[in-house]
Amino acid sequence: MTIDQVITRLLGNRAARPPAPHRPGDVLAEARDVTLQLGGRPVLDGVSLTVRAGEVLALVGPNGAGKSTLLAALAADTAVEGGAILIDGKPAESWNARELSLRRAVLPQAATLSFPFLVDEVVRMGRAPWAGTAAEDEDEAVVAAALAATEVTAFAPRPFSALSGGEKARVALSRVLAQRTAVLLLDEPTAALDLRHQELVLTVCRERARAGDAVVVVVHDLGLAAAHADRVAVLAGGRVAGEGPPDTTLTPELLSKVYQHPVEVLAHPDTGVPIVLPQRPPR
Amino acid sequence: MSPSPAPATATTGSTSAGRPPVAGSGAPDPAPERPRTRAARAAALTVGLLAALVVTAMAAASIGAYQIPFGDILASVAHRAGLGGYELDRVAESVLWNVRLPRVVLALLVGASLGCAGALMQGVFGNPLAEPGVIGVSAGAAVGAVAAIAFGLTLFGNWTVTVCAFITGLATVLLVYALSRSGGRTEVVTLILTGVAVNAFAGALIGLSIFFADNAQLTEITFWQLGSLSQATWPKVLAVLPCAVLGLIAAPWYARRLDLLALGEKPARHLGVDVERLRISLVLVVALLTAAAVAVAGIITFVGLLVPHLLRMVAGPGHRFLVPGSALLGALVLLAADLAARTLAAPAELPLGVLTALIGSPFFFWLLRRTRRRQGGWA
Repeated sequence: MTIDQVITRLLGNRAARPPAPHRPGDVLAEARDVTLQLGGRPVLDGVSLTVRAGEVLALVGPNGAGKSTLLAALAADTAVEGGAILIDGKPAESWNARELSLRRAVLPQAATLSFPFLVDEVVRMGRAPWAGTAAEDEDEAVVAAALAATEVTAFAPRPFSALSGGEKARVALSRVLAQRTAVLLLDEPTAALDLRHQELVLTVCRERARAGDAVVVVVHDLGLAAAHADRVAVLAGGRVAGEGPPDTTLTPELLSKVYQHPVEVLAHPDTGVPIVLPQRPPR
Repeated sequence: MSPSPAPATATTGSTSAGRPPVAGSGAPDPAPERPRTRAARAAALTVGLLAALVVTAMAAASIGAYQIPFGDILASVAHRAGLGGYELDRVAESVLWNVRLPRVVLALLVGASLGCAGALMQGVFGNPLAEPGVIGVSAGAAVGAVAAIAFGLTLFGNWTVTVCAFITGLATVLLVYALSRSGGRTEVVTLILTGVAVNAFAGALIGLSIFFADNAQLTEITFWQLGSLSQATWPKVLAVLPCAVLGLIAAPWYARRLDLLALGEKPARHLGVDVERLRISLVLVVALLTAAAVAVAGIITFVGLLVPHLLRMVAGPGHRFLVPGSALLGALVLLAADLAARTLAAPAELPLGVLTALIGSPFFFWLLRRTRRRQGGWA
């Protein structure tokens, strides 16, 4: 027994249960009739949602609809008051931090860093959960692939603090990709990005879904959601107001109601993908 | 990536503009650096620090009112270890073994503890201005130590002062931690102001203890309050050894998780860190290390602030080097400072704590101004 193992045992850590292999369509995470209050205000009010392997699921809805809270609940960051969160088939609270880190990766809304680590070091932090496992051997390749996927390879030797907001956001995503978990929970990954990089990020999400992972992404741009998501869930007032494929779910009636603003939905002349526009008075 | 060394890749010039030049501290080139360069620097630095530590320790054992040549020191140490050598004459032997060596060992232990505690504390708070002295933990530990001296406590025999320092030091870390955090963050202003308040309160408690002390105890306390190693003896070394060694052995074990904590509490948790447990463990370790240092040497400020900061500038913020490296550099700094304190004004002796504060405070000013500039104000 190594010293590490002795100490681990003394501290009462049990060995992390490795994630089971999954196939497209498997339910990897699930919210069952979840309720949650923050500051006396119900933020989630009976939300049920499944997160399936091989799918990009977009969470959309107006400000304060509970999107980030639902994401935090699915990440097992926030304990729910009613209902249950299941991750990999078991209640979220039955996993320890290490086991969760092998199953889901989370991109927070804002990327912060206390000390001047280099971009390369930051992305490498995403490999921490796999330290001491067989997957550790792939670290170099995985980090290189994650840097390339978000087009930040050129920044690798720079200090994270010297980057612009959009560059930081991509590096943060790169770190999340390097974690190589079956579930990706991304809170507004496109918020700080320009048009090209918004497309890049959602394309990365689709690639990960095609490779068999489950991607949950909070976005405000309904056009992005319509174009890239396999499924959208429209949240409003802490409830799921609509859920399903983008073209049948993102209807003018539903969107006008939840955003409290008249919305029109057009079909792209070539692809037929829905384009969502707020109705504007003529100038 | 490619395994080729390719050392000349630092082409992109001044990407990290806004990093101010640092006068005469061997500041690194601000150009982009590969992690590999940082690792190489860390390795070179470790070797350099160890070598410097040996040389300085020899010098500290040799220099003083009674000079002992290097050769004699080695011979005497070898003799006592049963590896040949020879015994020195009675005076030299006594000066070396009863005066110099305990002081050298104590300086090493105290310096290593302070440097390491500084690195850990900055990591836990995610804030480069955290330091046991600045945020009042040293003063908190001092309350226990002074009370133990003033009221003549002997509850735990030889270890009484250390144990008391540990208890009050621990209480202070917990207090500061609870008071200065909100929403998972520690703001600089809150941290420093909490330190001011805690230092003031601890100062009052120390004053109260002094009020109750008799003359002999008063001398002991005053001397100790200025920060000094002049009363180093082997029993004192023994009194702090368990605390310091336990803390120093435990500290590097948290290095990797401290790196992740730099991302923030939630991201660290997402990466598998049990943040609550990490914090509690580290607060305990910091209290152990600070108590060890304060119990024997009084309040010696700024070592824990300066040391990790210098290392971070040279070898990057990775804690796997920073934590043990800070212990090494802390030991070196304190050993050198103590040597200076007792030789600069010989035969008189400068208080060590005064010396480190003289050098450390301007550095703290600079750090404060830089942090403020980067954040664009305190509000």
